[in-house]
Amino acid sequence: MTDTRSPDTATLLDIYRKATLIKTADDRFIELIKAGQIASPYYSPRGQELVPSAISANLRADDYVITTYRGIHDQLAKGIPLKPFVAEFMGRATGTCKGKGGPMHITHLESGLPVTTGVVGSGLPIANGLAWAALLKKTGQVTVVNFGDGASNIGAFHEALNLASVWNLPVVFVCQNNGYAEHTKYEYGTGARAIVDRAIGYGMHGIQCNGNDVVEMWSAAREAIERARNGQGPTLLEARTFRFRGHLLGDDGHYISKEIMDAAVAADPMPALRSWLMEQGHATEEQLQAIENDNREQFEEAVQFGLNSPYPDVSELARDVFAEEAGV
Amino acid sequence: MSEVKKKRMNMSQAINLAMHDAMALDEAVITLGEDIADREGGGVFKCTAGLSEAFGTDRVKSTPIAEQAIMGAAVGAALAGMRPVAEIMLMNFITVAMDQVVNHAAKLRFMTGGQTNVPLTIRTTTGAGFGTGGQHADYLEAWFAHTAGMKVVAPSNPADAYGLLLSCIFDDDPCLFIEGLPLYFAMGDAPVQGERIPLGKARIARPGSHVTVVSYSRTMVEVMQVAQELEKQDISVEVIDLRTISPLDMDTILDSVAKTGRLVVAHEAQVDFGVGAEIATRVHKELFGRLKAPVGRVGAARSPVPFSKALEDEFIPTKRRITDAVLETLK
Repeated sequence: MTDTRSPDTATLLDIYRKATLIKTADDRFIELIKAGQIASPYYSPRGQELVPSAISANLRADDYVITTYRGIHDQLAKGIPLKPFVAEFMGRATGTCKGKGGPMHITHLESGLPVTTGVVGSGLPIANGLAWAALLKKTGQVTVVNFGDGASNIGAFHEALNLASVWNLPVVFVCQNNGYAEHTKYEYGTGARAIVDRAIGYGMHGIQCNGNDVVEMWSAAREAIERARNGQGPTLLEARTFRFRGHLLGDDGHYISKEIMDAAVAADPMPALRSWLMEQGHATEEQLQAIENDNREQFEEAVQFGLNSPYPDVSELARDVFAEEAGV
Repeated sequence: MSEVKKKRMNMSQAINLAMHDAMALDEAVITLGEDIADREGGGVFKCTAGLSEAFGTDRVKSTPIAEQAIMGAAVGAALAGMRPVAEIMLMNFITVAMDQVVNHAAKLRFMTGGQTNVPLTIRTTTGAGFGTGGQHADYLEAWFAHTAGMKVVAPSNPADAYGLLLSCIFDDDPCLFIEGLPLYFAMGDAPVQGERIPLGKARIARPGSHVTVVSYSRTMVEVMQVAQELEKQDISVEVIDLRTISPLDMDTILDSVAKTGRLVVAHEAQVDFGVGAEIATRVHKELFGRLKAPVGRVGAARSPVPFSKALEDEFIPTKRRITDAVLETLK
């Protein structure tokens, strides 16, 4: 770590607000799916809340964030409005994508979320194009693209890192390394000792950090984003984290040993951050509770909005296929 | 826009002119691909020669040999409001980038509920006849025409290439622009500078009354020669140059076949599950009772593109096979 500055209290509480909103959303989505009120495959981000919350604290509203089908934490941290976000999960006409994309393909341009891909690794080459456009337009925008450890083994990762390096693009490649690519443990699918080691092969700056430590994560993200913004090129940022609720909802996690799971639970970043904020005097328990309650209230409003929203008209099948509305 | 002085030019020159004119017209037009900048020679077929000198290497970027990276960067730039032209050196190499084309470029407008579009043009070349064998010469247009959200364009001459390429670049949807490799070297009339040819509109290349032949890209050359030769036998062939494969201009095809009652579709791609099958079924649906013969289809042999000249010459839809197909409808 070359950047040891710490976030101030306001930043820390903003990160906490985002992280707890993600946890609230996760808990409620699972309840809604189990109650039959949402019909969708679901990929829980539980355990990875701090990573995007700390990254987004360093981003401008117009910076781009690309994520994957298991990226609701990235979207919430970037500030996607809750009502159309939840409505999209429910396949409603009021969703961000009119119910035509779904949870795996959330886009909300106004929040700087241009694309969410359902294909592992595909976001990385696209990030380069957004960054190239930002350079041409001299907007100063940075593009952050999120992916997992598994995506570092697909060809798109390697092609994209190489091109970003050659073109010196303002991209931050964030590998949220949660230790498992679907059901495959890191070392059974990845030859590199660490993802960050792959940066050197592309002549790229690399940072590894504990993604579950708020100060470390914030500081690492700040360094990478500042470098991108200042014309110093791309960074491969490996955030070490863990996911508690499997790959896909219903996954029993049989491939994770009890020892590993117990240790992860003991190091759960959410209660740890809560205690730390109080210990360090950044907030009282009442203040944190107020943040949590506010999140829950806002999310419930969004749930009700979604449930009360209409489904898209069947005519939408012919719309948005081509610029000419009816398609061909 | 520099003025065209030539009255005749080849397709490579026409494409080069279209690229220059598009980039001069709109700063959002950018281009990337292997060896396309002037430092690398301005493209293997010189289609992009002079562009980086005229518009700079920020807008005209040579890339590593990495088609996923090329196509992904083009998709991303398009999402950010640019009009990228991605050159894929040879059509077979698109297979490396299919995820970006099919899962992303084609679908993002729909999947985002119309929030984004992907005004991307993919320029690529292909075609047998150069001894390049099985992985450098396939016509794969049916794959893309099959994909909702893609437009597929295949000009047959320099002037059409110019006007259609301009239309693709300024179209708000992803377009695949197929440049028949032998056409690069064939001279034709120069385009009217600045004149765009609308997508989705076919052209009657030659009026006739007995049989309609629909074709596109390089196969148009053989089809026009066959039509001329058959005229000597008092067989009048109406030739339709599709120009755009998808969206398909069925009005022009149906008007012609309603008149002739006979149709042959000729293309260099494989016949099975191809563009000819799509046209045939649509024609059968609309003109079932008025057809005088079953729709004929001519295409490449049902094999990978062969190397040996002895095989390659017979692999493509030859004039003999096109002639036979036309005569078959007249039996």
